[in-house]
Amino acid sequence: MGSRGSTLSKIPNVDKLMQETGFSQAHIIRLHDRFRALDNDEKGYLCPQDFEAIKELAMNPIGDRIIGAFFAQGPQQETVDFNSFVKVLAHFRPTDKNRPKESTSPDPINSRTNKLKFAFQLYDQDKDGKISRDELLQVLRAMLEMQVTEEQLESITDRTIQESDTDRDNAISFEEFRKSLDKVNIEHKMSIRFLR
Amino acid sequence: MERGAKERNQQLYKPCSNGIIAKEPVSLEQEIQEPRGGGGEFDMSDILYFCRRGVESIVDDEVTKRFTAEELESWNLLTRSNYNLHHISARLTVLWGLGVLIRYGFLLPLRVTLAVTGVGLLVVLTSIVGWLPNSRMKKYLSEKVNLMCYRICVRALTAIITYHDRYPKNGGICVANHTSPIDVLILASDGCYSMVGQAHGGLMGFIQKTLVKACPHIWFERSEVKDRHLVAKRLSDHVADKTKLPILIFPEGTCINNTSVMMFKKGSFEIDCTIYPVAIKYDPRFGNAFWNSSKFRMVTYLLHMMSSWAVVCSVWYLPPMKREEGEDAVQFANRVKSAIARKGGLVDLLWDGGLKRSKVKEVFKEEQQKLYSKVLVKLLSLR
Repeated sequence: MGSRGSTLSKIPNVDKLMQETGFSQAHIIRLHDRFRALDNDEKGYLCPQDFEAIKELAMNPIGDRIIGAFFAQGPQQETVDFNSFVKVLAHFRPTDKNRPKESTSPDPINSRTNKLKFAFQLYDQDKDGKISRDELLQVLRAMLEMQVTEEQLESITDRTIQESDTDRDNAISFEEFRKSLDKVNIEHKMSIRFLR
Repeated sequence: MERGAKERNQQLYKPCSNGIIAKEPVSLEQEIQEPRGGGGEFDMSDILYFCRRGVESIVDDEVTKRFTAEELESWNLLTRSNYNLHHISARLTVLWGLGVLIRYGFLLPLRVTLAVTGVGLLVVLTSIVGWLPNSRMKKYLSEKVNLMCYRICVRALTAIITYHDRYPKNGGICVANHTSPIDVLILASDGCYSMVGQAHGGLMGFIQKTLVKACPHIWFERSEVKDRHLVAKRLSDHVADKTKLPILIFPEGTCINNTSVMMFKKGSFEIDCTIYPVAIKYDPRFGNAFWNSSKFRMVTYLLHMMSSWAVVCSVWYLPPMKREEGEDAVQFANRVKSAIARKGGLVDLLWDGGLKRSKVKEVFKEEQQKLYSKVLVKLLSLR
């Protein structure tokens, strides 16, 4: 690679980052290497094009939504620094089963609720706290595209809303979303096992 | 040191485990059939499969890492292979400093001299041979001259090469995996080939013109490269002439970092002739042979090569293969690619090496969507 190594001292606020995200020092170093590998022009931050360059992500039907999740902090956010990068990825850390329940400390980033919130924002693109019929339709269209007809897409959308929408406002709030995924093993489906 | 390296060459080099994450080999079908929330055809949780796959690829993907140098398990005292420049100990730094002195002060000048001699001799001697009229003597002399000069150049890089299983070659096309321009030198110092490539200008062009006088190489003008039929025709003509040497081609089309073999372009497999596959595997401990053409120019790359400890590699010649009945060029190319990957201990990938510079085609996204809808439809019919 020919590039200078990354020492821990190059990463600002490592201890704080470790505390907030729960990643170990070794993981953070690995993620920093990956961050630099994705940062083609060595800018020190990532922009959407750097994510789009990942071939497997480009081929993912909801790839652009996942990229959007990294730039979700502000409406005009165009860059992701290393801290934000790690914080978003922290959602996918496996849940710590043996964490003592302290009601005063905030939920860790990889709690079930926060994982669900991450998934929710993939649907709720306008961030109004509800998944409208239209937003649901858009996701379905992204995942199925040419394979089903428009009518089938619409009927699937309607049926899904009917099943989950308990307060009959024709949209799915976060609570309704959480309830409909009650039986789903979120901890398993939304966790990535980091080696070393 | 040479002898030690030769002994170690006998086994396959163990590829370094590069993964950051453990990728679950669960298929889309299995994930979707797990307990679903709503019980309808589409479930809100179906998105989670794509979501996780997407994030996994952000953390670690198969393709991007093929275009950067392979990581080493333990440092080999070359700064360029050092990813975490910790100050481990004073002793290691001293060793490293010594290494720098030896490599740049002693090895490098020695190698540069050898290289210049080698290339110079090559040019002079092939010109002389080129003046002779076409005869068996000319062919014999040109072979000898070429072999000798390439071997000098190979010594100039201190390349310690172990050749395994030679097969007699009779015309045809020789294909190999591509890691660096040095691959050509390594193969050409063990056998005579006709090379294929673009006609350059300047010094390179001069060398090309001289080489062609003694030995029938195939150099294409830039404009001709675009014309696939022309290229195919020239190759077929060459192959059809039994007196000519086998052609050396690198079907990946670009340099890959020697941990995997990427898609072979089908052009060379469409021609009707015998294919001689060759697998080349470098030992990364002695120096990184991969040419990252977007990061380094050729001259910088050669400088790196000549200031590494050595270039240690293994070359495996595989038994000749021919296209079978009912097999099309793409299938044949994949079969050859798998054989090469298996022999060299490399990962066999279907991805196109051209992805280094271009974007993924829409058709791959459609494949994913097709798969998902098929699974949904199947579930539907079960209810």
